[in-house]
Amino acid sequence: MLEDLFKMVKDRFNDEKEEQSQAKAPEIPKDLLFKCPRCQSVFYMDEFEKRKKTCPTCNYHARLSAKERLDITADKDSFKPFDENMTSLNPISFPDYEKKIKGMQEATGLNDAVVTGECTIRGYRAVIGIMDSNFMMASMGSVVGEKITRAFEYATEHKLPVILFTASGGARMQEGIISLMQMAKTSGAVKRHSDAGGLYITVLTDPTTGGVTASFASLGDIILAEPKVLVGFAGRRVIQDTIKQKLPDDFQTAEFLLESGFVDAIADRRSMRKTLSNILRLHNYKKIGANWQHG
Amino acid sequence: MSNLTATQHLEIIREKNRPTVNDYIPAIFNHFVEFHGDRHFGDDAAIMAGIATLNSTPVTVIAQVKGRNLDENKKSNFSMPHPEGYRKALRLAYQAEKFHRPVICFVDTPGAFCGVDAEKRGQGEAIAKNIAEFMTLKTPVISVVLGEGGSGGALALAVCDELAMLEHALYSVISPRGFASILWKDPSREKEAADLMKITADDLYSFGVCDKIIPEPVGGAHTDPAQTAENISEYLISAVERLSKLDIPTLLDNRYKKFRKIGVFSE
Repeated sequence: MLEDLFKMVKDRFNDEKEEQSQAKAPEIPKDLLFKCPRCQSVFYMDEFEKRKKTCPTCNYHARLSAKERLDITADKDSFKPFDENMTSLNPISFPDYEKKIKGMQEATGLNDAVVTGECTIRGYRAVIGIMDSNFMMASMGSVVGEKITRAFEYATEHKLPVILFTASGGARMQEGIISLMQMAKTSGAVKRHSDAGGLYITVLTDPTTGGVTASFASLGDIILAEPKVLVGFAGRRVIQDTIKQKLPDDFQTAEFLLESGFVDAIADRRSMRKTLSNILRLHNYKKIGANWQHG
Repeated sequence: MSNLTATQHLEIIREKNRPTVNDYIPAIFNHFVEFHGDRHFGDDAAIMAGIATLNSTPVTVIAQVKGRNLDENKKSNFSMPHPEGYRKALRLAYQAEKFHRPVICFVDTPGAFCGVDAEKRGQGEAIAKNIAEFMTLKTPVISVVLGEGGSGGALALAVCDELAMLEHALYSVISPRGFASILWKDPSREKEAADLMKITADDLYSFGVCDKIIPEPVGGAHTDPAQTAENISEYLISAVERLSKLDIPTLLDNRYKKFRKIGVFSE
């Protein structure tokens, strides 16, 4: 029943898209301008890039690749990756899954949807994990689950804080029940890290949904969110068609979550390093060097 | 080993007389007292919880409530819990820990409810918290999937020491309809999805997700609810006895490892 509605909405959405594409006849070169998906304003790409990919009008924080995120977050040359070569197999023999993975790997240069490792941020040591929505919408399968679990286990062992930049469409359906179990596996590792006294900071980025919202993304001691990003459990369109009403524009945004009491603070990307290092300092983590550099 | 396809199992669990927790609880337990509410927002009829005795041992029972008719289903929201349902479950799980009672969860849901209020009250947070807290709950936890175990909404009551499934029960990352709808944009390919997804008790046993398959009478639980209840009861009594013998650190270590080992990758 719900799924029929879902399909209906999807079809309608696709129609809309077609109409839109017919309407805007003169094609805008993709790399010259950026159109904000939140406030629809259009501006020059170099201005957008200069602002670390945030909208000059509404301050929506656009999606970043894991590499871009790492570059603006970690101290220069401080990052040591974990489990770089881990790659998915095909646990439920899903047709063409291997091919899909291979294609994504070639297109993104990533092995799967999360990059984990250790780095310093303004001199403070931390385990860091960054999900990349370019890789199958950063859905969580065995590799995402295992890498995040290992990152927490490493942090527990070495008494390090963990900072995760979350983004995800949810569980990776192509891995069936195995992907659902990653929610339990990761949450278990988060709990052990927490019970050992470790600090875990979640930074919710666009979009964080489904099984990731219903597991480690919601378990941070401190949960930050970038402005205007989408965060939720169920898909907006599924809900919209269930209740037959138009949802308010801010539904499932970072600001909506702040108001509902599920986010500690909205954090601007351009001062994220400062915000994170300050929180680490306030938890008595020690700076390991004054010679950090950035950029 | 059953020779049925996932689609055939699906037909059996959708049989309209298939027993629900309303049938099983009185048949399996004695002295059941139902407790309501999450102490924060409200009471969710999609999850029934309380205490009872199982073969004279006090236990906490937490169950997703599938209705047997439209009225019951309206009341229990077709067994799709809101956040307050999961928070009630967690409240009673903490209480079970305090009073050293084993926890028995019955899973029977297509998934957690998707709606505006559910989002506003933190459906994601409620499920996440249950998953993390059940992982370290210092008392034995046993979950039994009765019919449909769908997605995170099922997992929120299925982080346990032992997971059992009724012979025809299914447990999946998303309902077969949802799967077909998302991957092929065609929910009518539900049956094809069910057969592709590897969601039967046998499949889950082979993945190490399910620890025990509880037999159903020939044709399915509805043909003999009393016999099915007896089979569940027999399993639960042995599981409680088995798990109660372990000291808590061993119990928790085993529970962590049960989930820790699941994942298929190369490196």
